[in-house]
Amino acid sequence: MAIPQYRVLPGPEGYLPPAAAGMGVILPRKKDEALVEGAIVTREEAMEKAAEKLLSAKKPYIFPGPLVLWNWKEGVAEKAQAIIALAKAANAGIIPMPDYRPKYPMINPAVEINPNHPNLTIWHNKIDVCVFVGVHCHYANVALKIIRGGTDCYTIAFCAEMGHEDAMISFREMGLAEIKQLTDLITRKKGESR
Amino acid sequence: MKSDLWQISPGFEEVMPAEYRELVDNGPFGKKLGVADMGTFKELLEEHPLCAGCGLALSLRLTLIALPNPEDTIIVGATGCSSLAFPQVSVHNIHSLFGNQNAVATGLKRALSLRFPGQVKDVVVIAGDGATCDIGLEAVVHSWFRGEKLATIMLDNEAYANTGGQESGMSRIGTVLNMAPQGKKFSKVNFPEIAKAAGCAYVAVAEPSRPKRLEQAVRRAILVAREIGPAYVQLFTPCPTNYKFKPSETLSLIKKREQEGVFQTMEYLSPEAEAYIKQIEEAKR
Repeated sequence: MAIPQYRVLPGPEGYLPPAAAGMGVILPRKKDEALVEGAIVTREEAMEKAAEKLLSAKKPYIFPGPLVLWNWKEGVAEKAQAIIALAKAANAGIIPMPDYRPKYPMINPAVEINPNHPNLTIWHNKIDVCVFVGVHCHYANVALKIIRGGTDCYTIAFCAEMGHEDAMISFREMGLAEIKQLTDLITRKKGESR
Repeated sequence: MKSDLWQISPGFEEVMPAEYRELVDNGPFGKKLGVADMGTFKELLEEHPLCAGCGLALSLRLTLIALPNPEDTIIVGATGCSSLAFPQVSVHNIHSLFGNQNAVATGLKRALSLRFPGQVKDVVVIAGDGATCDIGLEAVVHSWFRGEKLATIMLDNEAYANTGGQESGMSRIGTVLNMAPQGKKFSKVNFPEIAKAAGCAYVAVAEPSRPKRLEQAVRRAILVAREIGPAYVQLFTPCPTNYKFKPSETLSLIKKREQEGVFQTMEYLSPEAEAYIKQIEEAKR
């Protein structure tokens, strides 16, 4: 009997959802491929889906992590500008993830997101679609799984490495050009819908 | 560390929480500030969850101000009250398992020496009395036996404070705590003497009611650990919650204990450490 393919869909999937990798979801091996809800598709298809999700969201937000929040090496400032342009095009808010350490007694969910309890920020701001960018992979994995477990937020990961199985849409090797490409697509789609 | 690492990417300044912006604009990195400058800059300890009047919180605050090179310092901590404050500390820090902090710090220091030869990278252990004198005793003392170039700072509140109040090796004889109702049966461990005997080149006991003395002890310990060998600082940090005194009385309690002769500050420098510190401090004048 064939086992149905596990689909990475918005939750809440409940406390301790299974890691998508453990359910058979495999990251794409080619640069021009991406994951949409657990299935490998072309990057273009994933971009179409991401643009559609961001434009149809009531409260889309981008969560930039330390890799883009801090201007720590050449090329980061340009990437930060591209992310801001993307947020403007998608009419999305920006809430930073400046620190990975859990904060006691709790973070201020109105102004920041923390990977150990990202659900607080999503609940507080009623975010229905979010984009992770510039977050170190191990913390992105933790946060994406918690979001899927406890919220109904649709997650999109822009990963500069290999991608994230636990995101509903996962891009790999997402650089400056690819972010600009998505921004252009969103701008074009907005124009078409007018 | 390059100071330009502490720059927010252009465009993200507005969305960064205020405490990060303040650190960039008015933090102590690269400025060589000290306790005399308190109130003029953004400190490295953000609002924390420790109790009102906590002697440990004040000592940690002063210790962070005293770091000679905060931008190139890594702190290794351990389980205890201080570990609740460390997520709000803007210095690289590692939370180790309860008691293995000096072993973690040893590996870190050696790795940093290989990765950044010729550069100053201070590895400072900050842990409570339980982690240093009881649970971590073996790792602490063996790091001293091996002559590891670490500064070890004990925040001595004389109890396991955040687990309800159990006696530690550093509690005084007769101490009655919530979970030590019969009173402690043996004396406070003389840890500074153990540190001296185990090979520490610098040993000091200080307390937060004299911030300049505390600053001097922390700085000297870190400087000695850079060049000479292991250093140990013991900070007396009374706990109002478990010892049941008013939060406003923390500093007066230290003075009272000193007057009664049951607490004393001290400083020991090995001849080599003394010559080194003298040379540095004279060059500064």
